[in-house]
Parts: sequence; structure tokens; C-alpha cells
Amino acid sequence: MDFFLQILVTGIVVGSIYGLVALGFVLIYRSSDVLNLANGEFVLIGGYVCLTIMTASNLPFIVALLITLVISVLLGFSVERLVIRPLKNAPVISIIMATIGLASLLGGLVHMVWGHRTRTFPQVFPSEPIHFGGLIITPVYLWSFITVLVLLVTFTLFFKFSKMGIAMRAVADDAKAAMSMGISVKNVLAVTWAIAAVVAAIGGTLLGMINGVGPIMATIGLTVLPVVILGGLDSIGGAIIGGFLIGIIQNLAGGYLDPMVGGGLKEVVPFIIVLLILLLKPYGLFGKGGAERV
Amino acid sequence: MLKVNNVEAVYSKMILALRGMSLEVPKGKIIALLGSNGAGKSTTLQSISGLLSSDGGQITDGTVEFEGETLNGKSPDAIVKSGIFHCMEGRHVFPHLTVEENLTAGAYTRKDRRNIQKDIDKIYGYFPKLRDLKKRPAGLLSGGEQQMLAIGRGLMAKPKLLLLDEPSLGIAPLLVEEIFENIKQINEEEGTSILVVEQNANVALKIADYGYIMENGRVVMQGEVDRLLEDDEVQNHYLGIGTEEDQKEVVYKSKQERMVW
Repeated sequence: MDFFLQILVTGIVVGSIYGLVALGFVLIYRSSDVLNLANGEFVLIGGYVCLTIMTASNLPFIVALLITLVISVLLGFSVERLVIRPLKNAPVISIIMATIGLASLLGGLVHMVWGHRTRTFPQVFPSEPIHFGGLIITPVYLWSFITVLVLLVTFTLFFKFSKMGIAMRAVADDAKAAMSMGISVKNVLAVTWAIAAVVAAIGGTLLGMINGVGPIMATIGLTVLPVVILGGLDSIGGAIIGGFLIGIIQNLAGGYLDPMVGGGLKEVVPFIIVLLILLLKPYGLFGKGGAERV
Repeated sequence: MLKVNNVEAVYSKMILALRGMSLEVPKGKIIALLGSNGAGKSTTLQSISGLLSSDGGQITDGTVEFEGETLNGKSPDAIVKSGIFHCMEGRHVFPHLTVEENLTAGAYTRKDRRNIQKDIDKIYGYFPKLRDLKKRPAGLLSGGEQQMLAIGRGLMAKPKLLLLDEPSLGIAPLLVEEIFENIKQINEEEGTSILVVEQNANVALKIADYGYIMENGRVVMQGEVDRLLEDDEVQNHYLGIGTEEDQKEVVYKSKQERMVW
């Protein structure tokens, strides 16, 4: 039983990070129908930048994280300005292809600057585990989870009540009508990309503290695909719930099934779920589907 | 207040939609712009509001002037800020936003965030039905309710000039009357100038001060509403009064006359 709970906790924490990164992915999809396949590289860069700032200077973690977020905002803005905006009248598929190119470019850049060795974060949280009954939780897991929860609540409030949040949802619903409200669709898209880069960087930093920062982290970009397909590509709530589900299922598979088959199932399971979901519920658990009232 | 001077508009760089369109909207008046399908009515509104470019169109000649300022080449959001609001054809409410969020979105360009709630209440005053539905996603409203929301959303921007594109489209006749009464009321109480595009000439001319009739991308007739209502051709052609024989004859005659243009 303890083993099960332990796996569950890991799954929830990792899943919450998946959900956070998937949020950025869904935002971009909703506002412009574009799948951002460079999302994993955003995660990677976020992790590396934060790590480098922390090791190069003696700044406290929170300051380093804030600087990382500022850099991520700039990264998001420049991607939107240099890659997405010039393609604004191009078919969506071209823009998706451009994000694949961007992924290679950013991935190569990371290799050039940081090499391909996995690096570990300096100690940020105490390593002394916390005991909850029989359950052992390392502080970094706990803090990751709290961070993600706070962010998710913040974003929910942002979308519900802020001027920019409502504008972003308006653009997602009907870009031309949003334009007629005087909403600058360009600015909304820029903010969307910035938010996607920011949540990716936070995800990268948290994952980096848990597993170390290495090129392998970019595969979260791939894992996020099952998350959003499970939750529904256009559903923010779905992305978060999908994140938790994939995180939990993945870790359960890793804990119980991997020893039986000799490993590797942990990486495959999310994609098995994708296949099932596509067969049974093609728009995901919370997606809106094709039919709607005009 | 608004002057459209000899505007020529083109879609995809080759389809000529407006060929020398001119009209004028004086302050505080309701102007009706009538015409059949494809005459260029919606294109005229889009050239004014700047939304033309989002459909791959552009103004190739002529000018649009609002309060002495040229609007050509300005972005849609700059034009909304200068005081023109365009309610698009087919309502275009945000389906997944609630009624109240739709109204808030209409006020996007406003700086005085504090007065927004007060103005939302005012919109509910004009359209009491919306108050009961305020928490409902706009996609679940009926066509008439959506049209009320679309107009209300436009008022939230506090425009000096409201462009309405076919507010009667797909709405029950009884409701159409009601909506046009609301439009008249808004014009009188807020002093908003209104340029309304309609196929339903009857109901539009009832509230308008002055009318233009478009065909093939330009104005073919204009005048005070009383004069338009008396005109034989308008009666036959746009108001559906007269026999079928009359109409055929007129179509033929008017085509010949128009060759002179």
C-alpha cells in the first residue's frame, strides 16, 4: 500500500507539471489553431537558464527564477514576432512546420551552449524528506506541487476576470469579432506565446530540480501531446486534469508493469492512452468537438 | 461626421467590390444603407471599420474620413478607439463567454474601467432579457438574444458612430421590430450616430433619417426617407409593393438607365 501511495504522489507531482506545461500548449492552440511543437524546447531552455543563473551567480533561487521568467517572456515575444507573425496569412500547417523548425533550432542552440551532459541543480530545498504517516515526500515534490497549484489558480482567475484574460478567450472564440471590439489580435497572440514560454520555463525548472537538467527533458514536449489529446486540445481545464491523469498512469505503469516487462513501459503508456482516446473519444475528455450551433 | 469619398475596394487584389462608393453620416442621425445581395453594403462597412484587411481586402482608392481624420490604413483597434464600432453581420457573439463577459469584452478599449459595471446595467436596461441570461454562455442564446447582445456589446465601447450590419438577419419579424425600436431609442438617448445596413428596407427606413441605395459597388439612389418611400422604383424593388409585372419591367428599365452611369 505504501508503495502504491508513493507512486501516486510522484504521479500527482509530475502530472501537475505536465498540466502546467500543457496549459501553454492549449492556450496557443485555442487562440491560433497552431500546435506548438517547440514546447519541449521552451521547457529545456527554461531549465537550463535558471540552472545557469543559479550556478554562475550566488543569487537566491527565487530571484534566479524571476530572471528566468523575464527571459522566457522575451523568448515568447520574439518567437511570436519573428516566426509566427510573418506567417500570419499562411495555412496553419505551415506554422506548425515552422514550430518544428524552431524546435530543431532551439534544441541545437541548447546543445551548443550547454552541451548534452545532464546537470543537477544546486540544493534549493532541504533534502530531508517529510514523513506523512508511512508516506515519504521530498520537499522539492511538495514545493513543486504547491507552485503549480498556485499558478493554476492564478491563471483561472486571470482568464475569468482580467481584461487581457477575457480578450484572450474572445480571440480564441472568434478572432475577427475580437478585432471588431478593438482587441489587438497581434498583442493577444504575443501575450499567449509569452505565457506558454513562462509556464514551460517553470515546468523546466521544477522538473530540473527533480530529475536534473538535460536534453532528455525536451521529450516533455512529446509527453504533453498525450496530455492535451486526453484532456481535449481546446480545454484549459482538460489540460490540467489530463496532466494529472497521464502523470499518475505513467508512474503506476512504471512502478508495477515495468519490472514485469523489463522496463520502458513508462515512456510508452501515454501514447497507448492517446491511441485509445483517439479511438473512443476523438475530441478528448473535455474537448468541444466539431458540431456546434452557428 | 463620417465621410466616405469615392472609395474603391478590392478583395484578393482582383475582385472589385466597391467602385466609387460615397456616403455621409451626419452627427446624431440614423442612416440606412440598402441594396440587394452582393451590392457591397458589408464591404462598405468593413472599409470604414478597417476589418476589410482581415478578409483579404483593401481600399485601393478614395478616402474614409471621420471627424476630419483619415481612417485609411489604420488598424481596426485604432479605429475603435477613435469612436467607430462595427457590429458584424451574423452577430458574432463570443459563444463560450457568458453574456456579461461578452459585454465586458466590448469595453476593451475603454480606459474608465470603473464605469463599466454601470454601463452593463444600462445595457440591461435597453435589453432586459439579457439581464436574466447574464451568466449563460452566449452560444446558447437564441438568434434574437444574440443580436441584442451584439448591439449591447457595441454600445459598451461608447462609440460615436455605430455600424450595424443586417441586424434583422435570421430573426423573427416581431423581434426585428423590437430591435429596431431599441436602435432608435439608443440613437435618441445616447446621441450615437448609426449607419445601418439592411436588406429589410421596410423596417430600416422606418427608423432612418436618410437612405442610400447601393448596387454594384456604388450608390444608385439617395435621399430623405420620405422621398425614398414615395419613389416608384424603391417601392417596387426594395419594399415589395406593386405587382410582379411591375418589378420585371422596372428591373429591365433600371438596368438600361444605369448603363449611363
